[in-house]
Amino acid sequence: MIFLVNFGQIDPLAICTFLLFVSATLFITYWAAKKTKTTSEFYAAGRNISGFQNGLALAGDYMSAASFLGIAGMVSLYGYDGLIYSIGFLVGWPLIMFLIAEPLRNLGKYTFADVVAFRLQQRPIRIAAAVGSLMTILFYLIAQMVGAGSLFQKLFGLPYELSIVIVGIIMTCYVVFGGMLATTWVQIIKAVLLLGGATVIVIMTLSHFSYNPLELFNQAAEKYSDKVLAPGLAPALKNPLDTLSLGIALILGTAGLPHILMRFYTVPDARQARKSVFVATGFIGYFYILTFIIGFGAMVLVGQSEIIATDKGGNMAALQLAEMTGGTGFMGFIAAVAFATILAVVAGLTLSGASSLSHDLYVSVIKKGVSDEAGEVKVAKRATIALGILSVVLGFIFKGQNVAFMVGLAFAIAASANFPPLILSILWKNFTTKGATASIITGTTLSILLIIISPTIWVDILKNENAIFGLKNPTLISLPSSFAAGIIVSLFTKEQEARDKFEKEKIRTYLGVGSE
Amino acid sequence: MNEDHNKIIISPAFKKLVKTRWTISILLTLVILLVYFGFIGTIAFNKELLATKIQKNVTLGIPIGIGIIIFSWILTGLYVWWANNKYDHKVKDIKSQLSK
Repeated sequence: MIFLVNFGQIDPLAICTFLLFVSATLFITYWAAKKTKTTSEFYAAGRNISGFQNGLALAGDYMSAASFLGIAGMVSLYGYDGLIYSIGFLVGWPLIMFLIAEPLRNLGKYTFADVVAFRLQQRPIRIAAAVGSLMTILFYLIAQMVGAGSLFQKLFGLPYELSIVIVGIIMTCYVVFGGMLATTWVQIIKAVLLLGGATVIVIMTLSHFSYNPLELFNQAAEKYSDKVLAPGLAPALKNPLDTLSLGIALILGTAGLPHILMRFYTVPDARQARKSVFVATGFIGYFYILTFIIGFGAMVLVGQSEIIATDKGGNMAALQLAEMTGGTGFMGFIAAVAFATILAVVAGLTLSGASSLSHDLYVSVIKKGVSDEAGEVKVAKRATIALGILSVVLGFIFKGQNVAFMVGLAFAIAASANFPPLILSILWKNFTTKGATASIITGTTLSILLIIISPTIWVDILKNENAIFGLKNPTLISLPSSFAAGIIVSLFTKEQEARDKFEKEKIRTYLGVGSE
Repeated sequence: MNEDHNKIIISPAFKKLVKTRWTISILLTLVILLVYFGFIGTIAFNKELLATKIQKNVTLGIPIGIGIIIFSWILTGLYVWWANNKYDHKVKDIKSQLSK
């Protein structure tokens, strides 16, 4: 029972690590603030980030506390099934590489809506794309904020509301003062800390198994059953169609996450963009292999009953394992890294939401496309503060609610509302404004409506007897519907200008001539 | 300037460049989708296959799962290699006509 005793206490090493992280990142923000004046500096770090740096920052954006604590926890309770999630999260990356990264970098400026709107009518596309982006970001943000609050309540005994306010204030500082440059370095530092911390946990875990992962699997099978080494234990994956729907959401949602897509504008050209995907995929893949071992390590060394006693979903498994193998101080260090992880991820999300509000809505819709640099940066900063406050308020509202489904919903919207118009506008000459708008609206509304009437909300949260829609994740229906809406509406609404521009933009898409 | 651009867009070399780019991309996309949905399909409809023991306590699913992660990374590397060594050279060739 030694692990439980120390949870809920404030550990000096944890506080030191966390304060060190915060002061280092705020110092970077101060440095970055001097270099953050223009729109290109605020949204895209002046496009001066190298491919390798951006790769690490992408990995930082993507490795959320949910994937670290959540997947390790899932492996610790259900064994192999946690790996299925990891693989889905990872396989999205090659798709970004092959289909999206280079055209996105060459055609766009700051947001992925730039690419969709490139040859279509600006206003309707910007409004629709902003809705799709903001919905994705908000659901993702709520999940992170609520996660932050309950995690630190559990770990340090810090009041839920206080943790959320701290997260809100620090991340707003990063973004308002340091823009993309500060956010990028926060991601890089956090990625290094997280990868390093996870590596140390794995080494210390394997030291209990004579550094042989096979011995770890052996003991897991002996202690529980060899079923943990094969798929099929997790309740979420019992229904084959659920598995398929979730699989589609994970791989195509990654290619539609606004805060990920935005990162491609921080590098100078398409060549660096592709390098950053390669680097990111490598680090993320490595990280998922680590979480797999961490999960099994927790299963054997901490034990499932102990893990469930601390948190029903197993979210504390990685931290319990850290304490088991490295003592309270090390657990505190890992907890601080988890806090840093949440901070970095919400900063990236907020910056991306703010750019959608200022660049897509304010400039293109309210100012009719005419932007003055200083004015746009000012609006972007105000939007950041507004989003910072909103995320704290949402964190309060959703206190104690089950928000785990919101990450799944964010991926479903990203896959159904953002990915289809993006890929169609890159690949299909006859794509039209009305088609793109229809595709985004269909994807967003179907994802949200279907999840409300699915078992996830209708039964688990609203406590109805039976769900109206059978699948836990809506993507299997909402994604094809979004594609169908985009294609069918485009076929009925010819747009000659868009077709002509499609030919002309090729020189920019494929040669990078004229890209910013 | 625009004249130049039009000439390039209708030139066979540029058309071939675009076509090759998408042939490679779509091919690699199909490979990764096939691998991934093959895996998901096996989980959905034939779990027993992945539960097959290849050693005392190692199932077939473990090397396959870890293998897919590594394979995805190698595929992205393959694309970068192709783009850096083949695609970029052709882009350079075509671009040099622009500055003339």
